[in-house]
Amino acid sequence: MMLFKLSLKNIKKSFKDYAIYFLTLILGVAIFYVFNAMDSQQAMMDVSKSKKEIMNLMNNLLGGVSVFVSFVLGFLIIYANKFLIRKRKKEFGIYMTLGMSKGHISKILLIETLLIGLISLAVGLVVGIFFSQLMSIVVAKMFEVDMSSYTFSLSTAAMFKTMIYFGIMYLLVMVLNVFVISRYKLINLITANKQNEKVKIKNPILSIIIFVISIAILSYAYYQVTVNIMNISFKQFVLCIILGIIGTLLFFYGVSGFVLRLVQANKKLYLKNLNMFVLRQINSKINTTVFSMSVICILLFLTITIFSSAMTLNLAVSKDLKEVTPMDIEILQYTDGNDATIETELERLNFNIDNYKDIISFNYYRDKNVTVATALGKEVMRNYSDEFKYNNQMPENLMKLSDYNKVAKQYGSEVLSLAKDEYLVVADYEEVLEYRNMALEGGVKLKVGGREYKPKYDKIVFGFVELSTSHSNTGIFVLPDEALAEVPVSHRVLLANYNADNDAEYDKIENMLEDMTLPDNMSGRSKTQLYDSAVGVGAIVTFIGLYLGIIFLISSAAILALKELSESLDNKERYQILRKIGAADDMINKSLFKQIGIFFLVPLLLAIIHSIFGIKCANEMLSVFGRSGMLVSIILTALFIIAIYGCYFLLTYFSSKRIIQE
Amino acid sequence: MERVLEIANATKYYGNKSNLTKAVDNITFDVDKGEFVGIMGASGSGKTTLLNCIATIDKVTSGHIIISGTDVTELKGSSLNKFRREDLGFIFQDFNLLDTLTAYENIALALTIQKVKPSEIDKRVRKVAETLGITHVLQKYPYQMSGGEKQRVASGRAIITNPKLVLADEPTGALDSKSARQLLENFEYLNEELKATILMVTHDAFTASYCHRILFIKDGKIFNELVRGNDSRKEFFDKIIDVVTLLGGDLNDAL
Repeated sequence: MMLFKLSLKNIKKSFKDYAIYFLTLILGVAIFYVFNAMDSQQAMMDVSKSKKEIMNLMNNLLGGVSVFVSFVLGFLIIYANKFLIRKRKKEFGIYMTLGMSKGHISKILLIETLLIGLISLAVGLVVGIFFSQLMSIVVAKMFEVDMSSYTFSLSTAAMFKTMIYFGIMYLLVMVLNVFVISRYKLINLITANKQNEKVKIKNPILSIIIFVISIAILSYAYYQVTVNIMNISFKQFVLCIILGIIGTLLFFYGVSGFVLRLVQANKKLYLKNLNMFVLRQINSKINTTVFSMSVICILLFLTITIFSSAMTLNLAVSKDLKEVTPMDIEILQYTDGNDATIETELERLNFNIDNYKDIISFNYYRDKNVTVATALGKEVMRNYSDEFKYNNQMPENLMKLSDYNKVAKQYGSEVLSLAKDEYLVVADYEEVLEYRNMALEGGVKLKVGGREYKPKYDKIVFGFVELSTSHSNTGIFVLPDEALAEVPVSHRVLLANYNADNDAEYDKIENMLEDMTLPDNMSGRSKTQLYDSAVGVGAIVTFIGLYLGIIFLISSAAILALKELSESLDNKERYQILRKIGAADDMINKSLFKQIGIFFLVPLLLAIIHSIFGIKCANEMLSVFGRSGMLVSIILTALFIIAIYGCYFLLTYFSSKRIIQE
Repeated sequence: MERVLEIANATKYYGNKSNLTKAVDNITFDVDKGEFVGIMGASGSGKTTLLNCIATIDKVTSGHIIISGTDVTELKGSSLNKFRREDLGFIFQDFNLLDTLTAYENIALALTIQKVKPSEIDKRVRKVAETLGITHVLQKYPYQMSGGEKQRVASGRAIITNPKLVLADEPTGALDSKSARQLLENFEYLNEELKATILMVTHDAFTASYCHRILFIKDGKIFNELVRGNDSRKEFFDKIIDVVTLLGGDLNDAL
């Protein structure tokens, strides 16, 4: 009982020291709960079948990510705990000189960990349940679920999962504490405060050389993953990531020495106020923090990249959606000598064609002489052969002018005309426009059915024919009707709107297609399906991005905060000296602010630079989903980072100020 | 002669009504410009408390401490800091050098916090280093220096601002006898050539024998005063020993 009282008093007494630890634990628990409680949210309950599937997939993915997250949080908790124990060495020393055994001390720590664990778990869950309600509004908005009948939701499964995962983490911490305590020697505990870290001063020339090397390595890696991304293999890509990590480590090894030299050369800056002191502090500290700085920088980089890429992807996926789905349904049929049209096939499947209106049906034709390679022309192929090395023998889709104009009229785009020896290209997929335009400018001639055709325009006609989730039409070749008279049909397409007066009828027609078993050579996609899958992909990447982003961010901020606090503890004496020789308090506070600010800012800055290239690279890889302005997601990411990172920074500054003023 | 320090009825109490400790009990004395004054006393005699009060690190309960016409007992907050960094210089027993800074930087720091122009700082640091014979250690870190060198660097930091009064708290306490002698000779030089006014607290008779005048403190009160006059250092040392013997067993470690 006495031990329990002691533990309780300790927690109360050192509550301010624990503030950051508590904050991190509570955030960790809350986030863990929120993302695991997604499936119980009411928004998830009554949705269509295709949405339900996507949501299930999302929940499974989030569950998998949770395992990874629990490892990250586990390491974070162990690290934070190590710091707190270190701070209390002297206290333990006093207990031991008073005759307490190591077993007793372990028990005190055990009770403390248990109490902290219980409190943080309870508070975290309450916070989590609150945020989970907000989240369900977001989810509902994303999946366009009607939220008029909102009710409070609580996931017992997620609560148990959170308790079990965090319970295991706390248990691990307890075991580790006992182990750590058993290894302490009394003499070291009593003199813990006096043991000064040996100040290791690096060779300044060496730091500068290493700094320059790090810049070179990073530049090379940046170049490879952005400008050169299309030309490197996966192996080389992995190598670039490894180079990036090495470059980051070397950067932090060299940067302080380099900057110190730079500032020293400028006497005006160096001999101003406490600048000299701040720089030396950082220089002496960064030696021992190269590794953690690098870890923090990489975590921040991951946060920024994952977060903004996920958001961009989500925006990109949903941006063009309305534009590229002007009709309710599209049915495709590959012809394999079977001459039955789509309409007759549907009739055979007992589908009443009167359910559809505004029906447009047309054919795509393929000619063995019109492939990607021949359509682009020799010139383009010679210069950009790598871009098309996998698909250069693919035949292009050809379309009759009258068919195209039917579609154009329906879509509200311009009706076109052609002379009898002319062709034009309709495309809207940004990645290929450049090459298509080059070919058209070069006047590449097409040979169809023994006749030659020349391009009417020197660039593509921006547009599409098929329904899609984004602008992804790589190119359709429109020719005069008579040019395709002898060319074989490759597939038939039927576009239509539902003949429905209200939502109920619309859903009925929609479900008819879903319940229908189409023959192997036919496939259909509806506007609803495209919407659901696009929104689903967007939602999945957003939530996973958000989840990982927040976890990485609080991990890096917490590591930094704890590191800085322990530094402040070590620096107490140095600040006392400054005060003794007459440095004013506001000057000292300013130097402390600068010091902590620099420690928070430097990894963030490098992470931002990493991210600029990382995001560019991710964008390149994800461009299949369509593109969208990065600005919105970058602003959102920045706000998000400023909020959480800034909170940790301020908390660290004020706690440090309190420590050095003691 | 100009008065640098006037102490009038300085008293410092610790504790509460039921258990009162008079660490400094109604002490009055003056120090003139250019003097080298020592304060001797056993541990617990109140000499360090007195020094802390003069140094504005501690506050007296009653009485006045006037340094160059400024009553430091009436200063507060930022003006106190300003006074401390501009008018006082400190030398501590455990050097109090910043271990992350080189000797040069440690000395320069005293000027940078006074916002002295950077171009002037370099000149002044080199001059002080030359005076104290520490030019060769300027680029070294404290852990690369001997105790004596460290204390001379600390002295350099204390006097570079041309303070009105240099306060030294057991400056030889952590030094071997050879380093101590060297440091004290430095003090003599600073005092005689640069006209620095030095107030030094010590319990070591040898260290005290370098002073012009010694105040002996026992139980917070001035017990005796000894002036060197025209005595040689050896004669003065013998006189100090006599007083120490008179003071009783408490100060035996002075030998």
